Amino acid sequence: MADAVGTEEALRSEKRAILAGAWVDRLPAIIAVIGLISGWQFIVTVFDVPTYIAPSPIDVLAGFRDNAKILWLNFWPTLMEAIAGFLVGNTIAVLLAITFVHSRMAEKAFFPIAVFINTIPIIAVAPILVLIFGNGYTPKIVIAALICFFPTLVNMVRGLKAVSPATLDLMRVLSATQTEVFWKVRIQSSLPFLFAALKIASTTCVIGAIVGEWIGSSFGLGALIIEATYNFRSPLLYATVFMAALLAVTLFSIVTVAERRLIHWKSPAVE
Amino acid sequence: MASTATELKTEPTGQSHPDGSVAVAVDNLHVRFGSGASTVTALKGVSVDIAEGALVTMIGPSGCGKSTLLRAIADLAPASEGDIKVHGGSPRHARESRDFAFVFQDATLLPWRNAIDNVKLPLEVGGQGSNHADPEELLTLVGLKGREKALPDELSGGMRQRVAIARALVTRPRILLMDEPFGALDEITRDKLNEELLRIWTETGTTIMFVTHSIPEAAFLGQKVLVLAANPGTVKEYMPVDLPFPRNLAMRDTLEFIEITARLRKLLEEC
Repeated sequence: MADAVGTEEALRSEKRAILAGAWVDRLPAIIAVIGLISGWQFIVTVFDVPTYIAPSPIDVLAGFRDNAKILWLNFWPTLMEAIAGFLVGNTIAVLLAITFVHSRMAEKAFFPIAVFINTIPIIAVAPILVLIFGNGYTPKIVIAALICFFPTLVNMVRGLKAVSPATLDLMRVLSATQTEVFWKVRIQSSLPFLFAALKIASTTCVIGAIVGEWIGSSFGLGALIIEATYNFRSPLLYATVFMAALLAVTLFSIVTVAERRLIHWKSPAVE
Repeated sequence: MASTATELKTEPTGQSHPDGSVAVAVDNLHVRFGSGASTVTALKGVSVDIAEGALVTMIGPSGCGKSTLLRAIADLAPASEGDIKVHGGSPRHARESRDFAFVFQDATLLPWRNAIDNVKLPLEVGGQGSNHADPEELLTLVGLKGREKALPDELSGGMRQRVAIARALVTRPRILLMDEPFGALDEITRDKLNEELLRIWTETGTTIMFVTHSIPEAAFLGQKVLVLAANPGTVKEYMPVDLPFPRNLAMRDTLEFIEITARLRKLLEEC
């Protein structure tokens, strides 16, 4: 009994040691961030840089405080557009990838078109989409979806095809149907590839939403960025940029957590 | 390791096959790959009968088509000419009725499935009936009791191959086709698995065709050794191994064994 208590105690102190270890691991990064922010504050103060050119960290903090409501109001539309674009773009990409893997003909017909769409700079298509879809949520969601679409399509096609010839031989010896091979092997093989793409999409969908809001929009973080820039409200501009970054990081983390939940096996390296 | 799973027996046990029936009959088999000028002849006029319940090893220099012969029997490579009968029917019929199972050089386990679920895979695809062995009992048979829940990447190479053997046995195949199954393993593990394969053969009475590039392995396992010559693949000799069963590793140091391997080595040099 005494022994059991002893081990529990030991376990607890071990846990504490691991926690402390994690902090020690992160210490260099934390010190670097603090150093950078202090350096920024120092340069702005010493050289007396005007706030509208480059606000100091303290100015930016004040920007957050003074504009909390407006930041918050414009955060939601962007979040909604980014998530909707993420879902739409990736769903279409995954479905198209599945079609490609099952039909060589479909791949030959549509893959070049997909490549062509991907080569058009998103900034250049944005005005076209605004003209077509108007000023509401739709063009932003479409742009966010477009930006997610291609990396997911390419990765998903690769993932679905990333089944070793030996495994396919095995399934053939077992007289498995194409449908069975798809559900028992291909889907799982593709997951690591899919998540590699979803991580990219989780940050680019925010870019898509913001770019959409740059063009004649009256709401969203993108519109706020344009407005703050034109009015030289630099602290607000910086605060908005931080909000956008925060949004992207949050989405990225959600995808990462989902990946860890879903892929419990060690997968061969996906670059 | 416990000797259980007596219910796995299909036919009267291994060594003797009183009715003298033939499990696999290969008659004047030609296998060619490619077409026109780039045609490669892998097998040319191969004829061989594998008796029901026999354990036949196949050896030959690289390019002799020993794997191709196994794959042709398994309906993984088409015969260009000649005929293969598996229990009197076509390889395709044998595959669809799960007459044989195949063990590859790579264990080809699905990495997201634990050991027991990998063993169950053949029961989930190919529209199979209810005649199957108990997966848990099979894992015990191959010495993996207690590791049912282990994922493939938590198992050693030898253990993975044991799971692959259990998976092959789950449909109670009458023939086991093994393509260099222990080729990638270290020698100690390989020796151990050789002994265990002999034990499994004795317990299940399955016909086994075993491709290897190791002379001692071919001699130790085989009742008969099929020696193939290369370019193109033809039968060099179908040599009986006059060693009594049950065999154990100590026999490999006897003069008889060394004489057999010397003969095999000489045959291979002539190929």
